[in-house]
Amino acid sequence: MQSVFKKKLVRGVAGALMVMSLGAQAAGAKFVLVSHAPDSDAWWNTIKNAIKEAGQDFGVQVDYRNPPNGDLADMARLIEQSAAKNYDGVVASIADFNALKGSMGKVTAKKIPLITINSGTAAQSEQLGAIMHVGQPEYEAGKGAGEKAKASGIKSFLCVNHYATNPASFERCRGFADAIGADYKKSTIDSGDDPTTIESKVSAYLRNNPDTQAVLTLGPTSAEPTIKALQKMGKFGKLWFATFDLSAEIGKGIKQGGIQFAIDQQPYLQGYIPIAVMAIMKRDKTTDLAKVQAALKADKKFQYRLAEYGLAPAYGPRHIGSGPGFVTKDNIAKVEKYAGQYR
Amino acid sequence: MDNSASQAVPTPAKDERVKELTPFKKLMNKPWFASAAGALLVFSVFGISAGGSGMFNLDGVINWGQVAAYLGIISVGACLLMIAGEFDLSIGSMIGFAGMMVAIPPLYFGWPVWASVIFAFVVSGAVGWLNGYLVIKTRLPSFIVTLAFLFILRGLTLALAVMFTNQTIVSGVGDAAAKDPLVSALFQGVVGHDFFVWMGNKGWIDVSEPGVPLVNGIPKVIIWWAVIGLIAAYVLAKTRAGNWIQAVGGDANAAKNVGVPVKKVKIILFVLTALCACLFAVLQVCDIGSAAADRGLQKEFEATIAAVIGGTLLTGGYGSVLGACFGALIFGVVQIGLGYTDINSDWFRVFVGLMLLVAVIFNNYVRRRATESR
Repeated sequence: MQSVFKKKLVRGVAGALMVMSLGAQAAGAKFVLVSHAPDSDAWWNTIKNAIKEAGQDFGVQVDYRNPPNGDLADMARLIEQSAAKNYDGVVASIADFNALKGSMGKVTAKKIPLITINSGTAAQSEQLGAIMHVGQPEYEAGKGAGEKAKASGIKSFLCVNHYATNPASFERCRGFADAIGADYKKSTIDSGDDPTTIESKVSAYLRNNPDTQAVLTLGPTSAEPTIKALQKMGKFGKLWFATFDLSAEIGKGIKQGGIQFAIDQQPYLQGYIPIAVMAIMKRDKTTDLAKVQAALKADKKFQYRLAEYGLAPAYGPRHIGSGPGFVTKDNIAKVEKYAGQYR
Repeated sequence: MDNSASQAVPTPAKDERVKELTPFKKLMNKPWFASAAGALLVFSVFGISAGGSGMFNLDGVINWGQVAAYLGIISVGACLLMIAGEFDLSIGSMIGFAGMMVAIPPLYFGWPVWASVIFAFVVSGAVGWLNGYLVIKTRLPSFIVTLAFLFILRGLTLALAVMFTNQTIVSGVGDAAAKDPLVSALFQGVVGHDFFVWMGNKGWIDVSEPGVPLVNGIPKVIIWWAVIGLIAAYVLAKTRAGNWIQAVGGDANAAKNVGVPVKKVKIILFVLTALCACLFAVLQVCDIGSAAADRGLQKEFEATIAAVIGGTLLTGGYGSVLGACFGALIFGVVQIGLGYTDINSDWFRVFVGLMLLVAVIFNNYVRRRATESR
């Protein structure tokens, strides 16, 4: 209880200082971020920290709400609640477009600014009447990784997809394939999520296609067995290897030089950017997204956060990508230091 | 519902052996009184702490009213079953399971939605019957039998959903339901749309633009809750079936000896509880437009808590439907109301737990006062 009070006090004082020093018009504004994650999901802790810091930097109050059990029906009620509570802005993840479009419509019907984050696509976000979407577009992330591979002279690759049940996952493989000019269907395997199976499928593919130059895995589930398969075949460190997301094992692989980089969707930005954007819109009384983005890029506190945590947003004309951020040998120390808190 | 009526009604000729009760005492003796008072307490707390937050605006009221209504529907079933001395832990899993039965057939087998809704009610009722039959036949505590079904149904929901659809969230059924006249009339959308538009035009309620009120009617789930609550309250308080339920829960053996069909009563109540869970699922699927394998998690506890706050004894034989409805209202208001205050959501469960504890202690205190004063 006391720590909550303390935090509020600190936030309040920070807010007051902001008003005095900058005359920030957004001070006193209240925003809310509604996620789909159950209480047990630790990944969202980074986003919670991000909205706290964005609130401090811009002198606004930000609440975090989530359905305790991860039930999307409960999440819909929470979004309706934020409309009823007349927040100055609502941030929500598009966990399921169909389930949430009704309740998000209640937010926009009251002319409350809405920004979508995390899952979902830019097209869905626009359909919901949101100002922008802050996420990691799967195709672009794959393509970004592929362009780096192309620069190293890669022309063929293997995409190890452990969650083929999610159609969006194939977008990553497709983006990578397009960047290096490979046939994505021939280069992709549906590995399943059992580590033993993944290991043997990867070995089998590489034996049958010995001229494969690179491997792309879509997360720790497929990355770790792939590392093992490559080690057993004596190819770890010889094949070009990149993966999505991070884990302790992947971090080790990057430091050893066996993995070129990990593609990080930088959740911190999914929390920070929407709050910053809405605070700037309110402070500068503008809905011009170009002006807002310029103000965001010029903001010293935001730049400080980016440098401190080693983050890089991908600005677009309307939407801002939180990723892909590339974790390499050069910045892995910073990432490990802040993992689970700000990365 | 009104056990004390026989004592409270004064005989025409004054009898010195019968103590006169004041109207206030009579009210205190009602089983639902404590939870109604508890609800009043909760409303005052939120009225003070979140009064200006929009919680008591029309859209705010509809927001938490819906949460209370969903819970209210299942707590009516749970409460009757508890009064009869049994317990159903499979309510939450049944919600997820029934939701899938509504959503999968129209999307993957081309069934009309009305048929899948009927199918869901029939299968849910059958599972409820099986629960009851196993409890009666094996003489195991219903706690154990329905605990088994908590896992069986949750597992089936996941396994069958993945088997038929490769997904754990099946969405798109909302649009199909909207096109089905029977289903959309019964389970989807709102009641009194024109009336709300009219009020909006008069300027009595908020509108988002001319002719479009912010709240465009009363959600049907609230109507269902009211109807089911009233019917169940009437049956329990005024009919022979209601007396049977009380008697079965009070002393099953004694009830059997005076000719109450104990087994039948219990099995019917298990079926009824399952049907309430199914109704919850049908309404939710039609509203949200999707079914998910994790729907209804822990709802069995929430329904039980609502019934207990409402004055229903865990051991059976005492309780009221009206009380359970107030219990659901308290739970809904506490659960959602917290979001209207500025409290960090990490503290959410602590506060829900504390509020419930306070409500139950308060409730018990009032009941003890009431019973001691007799």
